Amino acid sequence: METCVLIIGGGITGTAIARELSKCDVDTLLIEKEVDIAFGGATKANTAIVHAGYDDEPGTLAAKLCPRGNLLWSELASDLHIPLKRIGSLVVALEENEVRVLEDLLERGKRNGVPDLRIIEGQELFEMEPNLNSEAVAALYAPSAGVLSPYEASIALAENAKQNDVSILLGTKVTDIIAEEGKVKTVQTSRERICSRYVVNAAGLFSDEVSSMAGIEEFKIVPRKGEYIIYDRDLNGLVNHVLFPVPSQISKGITVTPTVDGNIIAGPTAHDKKDKNDLTTTREGFEEVLNGACKLIPELSDRLTSIISGFAGLRPQPSTDDFIIKSYREPSGFINVAGIKSPGLTSAPAIAEMVVEILREEGLALKDKKNFISSRNPIVHPIRDFHPAKTEEFLRQNPRDGRVVCRCEYVTEGEILDAISRGATTLDGVKYRTRSGMGRCQGGFCTPHVIRMIARELGLAVEEVTKRGGNSKVLPYSAKRLLLGDEKR
Amino acid sequence: MITRRIDVAVIGGGSAGLAAAIAARESGIDSILILERNEELGGILPQCIHTGFGLHYFKENLTGPEYINRFVRKAHDLQIDYKLETMVLDLTCTRKILAVNQPEGLMELQANAVVLAMGCRERSRGALCIPGTRPAGIFTAGTAQRLMDIEGYLPGKQALILGSGDVGLIMARRFAMEGVEVKGVVEMMPYPGGLDRNLQCLRDFGIPLYLRHVATFVHGSDRVEAVTISRLDDKGQPIAGEDRKIECDTLVLSAGLIPENEISRKAGVRLDPKTGGPIVDENMETSVESIFACGNVVYVHDLVDHVTQEGEMAGTNASKRVRGMLPQLQRRILLKAEGNVRYVVPQMISGRNPLTLWARVRSPAFDADIRIGKNIIVHKRVVKPAELLTIELTAKRLKDLDKVEELTVSIGD
Repeated sequence: METCVLIIGGGITGTAIARELSKCDVDTLLIEKEVDIAFGGATKANTAIVHAGYDDEPGTLAAKLCPRGNLLWSELASDLHIPLKRIGSLVVALEENEVRVLEDLLERGKRNGVPDLRIIEGQELFEMEPNLNSEAVAALYAPSAGVLSPYEASIALAENAKQNDVSILLGTKVTDIIAEEGKVKTVQTSRERICSRYVVNAAGLFSDEVSSMAGIEEFKIVPRKGEYIIYDRDLNGLVNHVLFPVPSQISKGITVTPTVDGNIIAGPTAHDKKDKNDLTTTREGFEEVLNGACKLIPELSDRLTSIISGFAGLRPQPSTDDFIIKSYREPSGFINVAGIKSPGLTSAPAIAEMVVEILREEGLALKDKKNFISSRNPIVHPIRDFHPAKTEEFLRQNPRDGRVVCRCEYVTEGEILDAISRGATTLDGVKYRTRSGMGRCQGGFCTPHVIRMIARELGLAVEEVTKRGGNSKVLPYSAKRLLLGDEKR
Repeated sequence: MITRRIDVAVIGGGSAGLAAAIAARESGIDSILILERNEELGGILPQCIHTGFGLHYFKENLTGPEYINRFVRKAHDLQIDYKLETMVLDLTCTRKILAVNQPEGLMELQANAVVLAMGCRERSRGALCIPGTRPAGIFTAGTAQRLMDIEGYLPGKQALILGSGDVGLIMARRFAMEGVEVKGVVEMMPYPGGLDRNLQCLRDFGIPLYLRHVATFVHGSDRVEAVTISRLDDKGQPIAGEDRKIECDTLVLSAGLIPENEISRKAGVRLDPKTGGPIVDENMETSVESIFACGNVVYVHDLVDHVTQEGEMAGTNASKRVRGMLPQLQRRILLKAEGNVRYVVPQMISGRNPLTLWARVRSPAFDADIRIGKNIIVHKRVVKPAELLTIELTAKRLKDLDKVEELTVSIGD
């Protein structure tokens, strides 16, 4: 197989680069080791915040790309119909001596070019956030911060890139990178050999390993685990902004924020691990998140029964402590986009711009595509996004959307079929595209229905349907088949 | 949009809703509509293929499908109108219902009375906050039961069951009968959560019961590979070193049911935080006029027989209200559960009419005196959380009722 630009990694960074490149006439291929987009690493499990950009040390790449990315998300979200809510963020000082930190952040934010930052206190603060800990002294308000769904964003970027002729190969893992005469030449994968002039390494947690395949070993990625708690939508309104405590040396602390879908999320912890696959949650992590969340919103200590889920994510913490986005003299054509820790989601569109610029500098001739399609049709959620007249008209055209399959999140049969036709092949794939199973019952009612629909649409046996690929079969045994023998299906 | 007026709308076509609709019809209401989101009537019972249903109501020992079919058939015989795979999206305090299905699309119904009968849902792994990985192979008991008993799939071959409530115990037996190796039933409390008769399920198949244990870790990346359980100390904290890793490919959760009151909330119905269901009066009317409730949406029942009886009461009273024969309660006394009494239903009584109170205790006790206000004491030889308590407020006892607006129901020392 041959391409001009090969992107390794189907997370938010890789898909943003693919979409940015798809504006130009150039053969582009994106490969992802998991069976779906956004399945692998940090993209599917992070705090889902569009940061304002005051956290990072001026002069770092993160400080430069975060505010730019924040700005770019507006147009991108509107073009691709990615839900984005600019709810603003508050860094909350709970003690007098923390106010100094707010002032430092304000100053840093100004240097990073973050708009409209200011410190608020007293009545104004509690009017904005009535359930905030009453001991709060002041807060740094950043109106440009917001929330969006990272996996929906990544899927949308991939879909739009595909509309613009980017090829995507899933379930394809890089095993080696071969350079000849100082230039990258071929990439060996678990499926086939791919020849490419340019190779963009956006392999997230594994970007150090991919980089060393190309002979570049200048950094290491440490998986930094973050655990989270998700609350039911019945707490909608308890929190209005992205709430941060005053940051520590290693992280921005335990955040409490509404999600774009109306839940509340609390987290993350920040603990460096060795195993890049360790997505386990722990009792200690749960308690740490809960304690952190209750410091900001004390009422959460009485809301344990509103917890609907918990999960852990691993962010790729680079040994350099900054994004690594660069090309090399040798092998030429190899570009690292590595160590994309927080604020990686926010920065993704700006990272993509920067990578395209690097490709140009590396000699890739990039002409604008004449028939570039800038927008994408989203999956319509006629019941969840209810609108009396529009929903009625939509149901008239699409009667299958009259059947609600996921009761908690109001996901219809039509939406699930649409998700499958867009490439979902697993329970999680349908879930990330539609939210089926993400509500308060966590799939108790809809899972059997969704499994049957996936099996029917893809021509699989029910026993073959997986949660997220590999060996994650949900219903491995048919009682009928076990009794009758396989031949008598 | 389809718009329609109906006398009695019943939300939910399980055992409570069917009983309510039948009772409403039998007391003279023509215009009744059951709205059911599932693909069949009957709620959870069609998948409960074990026996033990109907001992009180029919004085017969029936399977779940047998029990519920009697009501489904009766609803058909009485030509009660129902819509399947129909989801109620909204209910207002003036009893306007917005619902949707395929192929009719959106429909707006104006009901003169509404009976809430949405039942309950199961507590999920996420709600239980069990640490570990998030592999395939974790099911709530009801989902596993449906997959096995209705659809013919085995969720796995080696199962560990969390929770010794009735559903957990029954699933242990069903699994064993289907050839699934049941590694054990894990119970947080020092005593089993289910009815005595269901404990036989474990004895029959030699299934271990781990009392005072919790699941502390799920192992396995793609599919469940093992679950670690730990013994708890007196304070309910896992004891270090007192844990064991049990190999299994399936974890089944039977650790609590939650009344499903999202629709009730939309109508502004007041809920009791202790039951998770609407506050109801002795007519099963909620805080919103002409909206009644019955069955597991009000509180989680032990026996379907009682759900049926409660449904009948709600249906009859909805019918009376529509016909102008049931005024709202005038004198209102709020009953508040205290101490070892976790909740009591109904929470609102007139104090004029004899009735049965239902209550659940927090922990087992012998020779318990249930005290209602200052003057009424009802003695019970044994009380336990697994069995609902019935307290008869007879005419004689009502005479002793304090003349106040609020009464506590508690168990004295």
